[in-house]
Amino acid sequence: MRLIDTAPVRAKRGSRIPLALLLPALLGLVFLVLPLAGLLIRAPWSAMPSELSSPAVWDALRLSLICATSATGVSLVLGVPLAWLLARTEFPGRRVIRALVTLPLVLPPVVGGVALLLALGRNGIVGRWLDSAFGITLPFTTTGVVIAEAFVAMPFLVISVEGALRAADPRYEEAAATLGASRLTAFRRVTLPMIAPGVGAGAVLAWARALGEFGATITFAGNFPGKTQTMPLAVYLAMETDPDTAIALSLVLLAVSIAVLVGLRDRWMSTP
Amino acid sequence: MTTPSLDAHLQVERTGFSLDLALTAGAGEVIALLGPNGAGKTTALRALAGLLPLTAGHLRLDGKALEDPAAGLHTPAEERPVGVVFQDYLLFPHLSALDNVGFGLRCQGRSKKESRAEALPWLARMGLEEHSAKRPGKLSGGQAQRVALARALAVGPRLLLLDEPLAALDARTRLDVRSQLRRHLAEFDAVAVLVTHDPLDAMVLADRLVVIEDGRVVQAGTPAEIARRPRTDYIARLVGLNLYQGVADGRRVKLASGAELTVADELTGPAFVAFPPAAVTLHRGRPDSSARNVWELTVAGLDLHGDQVRADLTGALPLAADLTPAAAAELDLSTGASVWATVKAAQTHAYPA
Repeated sequence: MRLIDTAPVRAKRGSRIPLALLLPALLGLVFLVLPLAGLLIRAPWSAMPSELSSPAVWDALRLSLICATSATGVSLVLGVPLAWLLARTEFPGRRVIRALVTLPLVLPPVVGGVALLLALGRNGIVGRWLDSAFGITLPFTTTGVVIAEAFVAMPFLVISVEGALRAADPRYEEAAATLGASRLTAFRRVTLPMIAPGVGAGAVLAWARALGEFGATITFAGNFPGKTQTMPLAVYLAMETDPDTAIALSLVLLAVSIAVLVGLRDRWMSTP
Repeated sequence: MTTPSLDAHLQVERTGFSLDLALTAGAGEVIALLGPNGAGKTTALRALAGLLPLTAGHLRLDGKALEDPAAGLHTPAEERPVGVVFQDYLLFPHLSALDNVGFGLRCQGRSKKESRAEALPWLARMGLEEHSAKRPGKLSGGQAQRVALARALAVGPRLLLLDEPLAALDARTRLDVRSQLRRHLAEFDAVAVLVTHDPLDAMVLADRLVVIEDGRVVQAGTPAEIARRPRTDYIARLVGLNLYQGVADGRRVKLASGAELTVADELTGPAFVAFPPAAVTLHRGRPDSSARNVWELTVAGLDLHGDQVRADLTGALPLAADLTPAAAAELDLSTGASVWATVKAAQTHAYPA
């Protein structure tokens, strides 16, 4: 018990934090907070109402929220079973597949966009067939935005859920089996509720990543207002012509991000 | 016993370990698998539950083949009429006690409402009605054990498996839960197999003991038989007897070490000799008693065993002796001391090996 009771130790040590750690720590904090402060200080607060009253802003925000949420939905539907497969089954090449799944995490999003075009574009290996057989075109559509965002965001969810699955005791699934539950039932009724916090955290991460997606979206889906122009694209475009609008849009995104973080922190992302 | 309800020959091969265990039991019988850690008890239980495939052998329950590797038959765990109470219970932490018990019923296709209505009487039988809404985290160890038992019984299994059912409980709860478990097992009309390393649990709860060591059966029988006639050092230690194996010729049994024992029973051929530590008398000098078994031995260790002092002696043969603390003080026993030990032939029990 004494090992866990660290509070008095921590308090005592607080008085002599080494400067070599304190200085870079404070510098790091400033580095992270300063840009946000700049955004708030330089914001054209008086012009905000007029900036935000433009329907283009709300179109972009609405599109961003719809696409990020849809991408999170796609990630959940496909990513949770994928995480289960990686965590709970043994098959040859599992490690390679795991590496492939996490590749979009480190891949520059623009490269992801190019790759998506080559696969799902009108002349892509699958896109050509989708176009000729079903008349379905994915690039430069709202669906394309969802696909680009899901491509970039899903790995966050898979990694998070796989971690939760590995931490969950698989013997609960055995207990469910001895009670007559098939593997699917055991997953649905026992494992999934037990890893819900991990799934929630993964979904929030994926959603946040999708909301901020830029590179893959602009490459694969283009930049058409009302159709594929999400908030990050709108911010970038506005920065070239009307910086005040860009700042206003950025503030809206910041507000949405903070609202999500605050709203979900207690439920899913609480850390001691 | 007519046709056995459970007819199993469990053979499991794994690197560095093999299990080969034949097990039969009639309806209503409670079998205890007793053995040291690593003997293969849990492996046997997992094989019976269908969580671990057999390498060879067979498993039949109520005349129906559940597993037969030679014929390529393996019934998965979820399709076996088998209930399991796990060592640490594995109650689903996100479900109430009532929904834990109802889980198996829901898997059988009942609605939430039906499963709850059916699960409630099971909780009531365990005396846990007022705890039905609690999550497992809010239950005491003894309550969780009973919920786990109710959950396993609720689906009406034809084979009930219990893995160290009392191991996770503290000493006081254990006594209480043991007697309740005994009652529930007595009411259970199908076969129950429990795994334990505690001989007291095994003897209180089971009709028949199967002792396994290194994946093999070393002895099987009623608790009384096994307590009286142990056949391995492990069982002898469990039931607290000195045990020797040798070759009998009339009333003398010659051990491999060269030592000889005089016994009351007359027999010839390979034999065991057993006697309790309390049958040993210690003397500081060579005794003049009529005892035929007299050895000069060295004290290897002393420790308190209940209200008795247990002396471990080495020499011509290893021997455990019990004496009162007063007698130990009078003899001035200490580790390394030399003592004479005597055992009356009438207090020994010899039986064929």
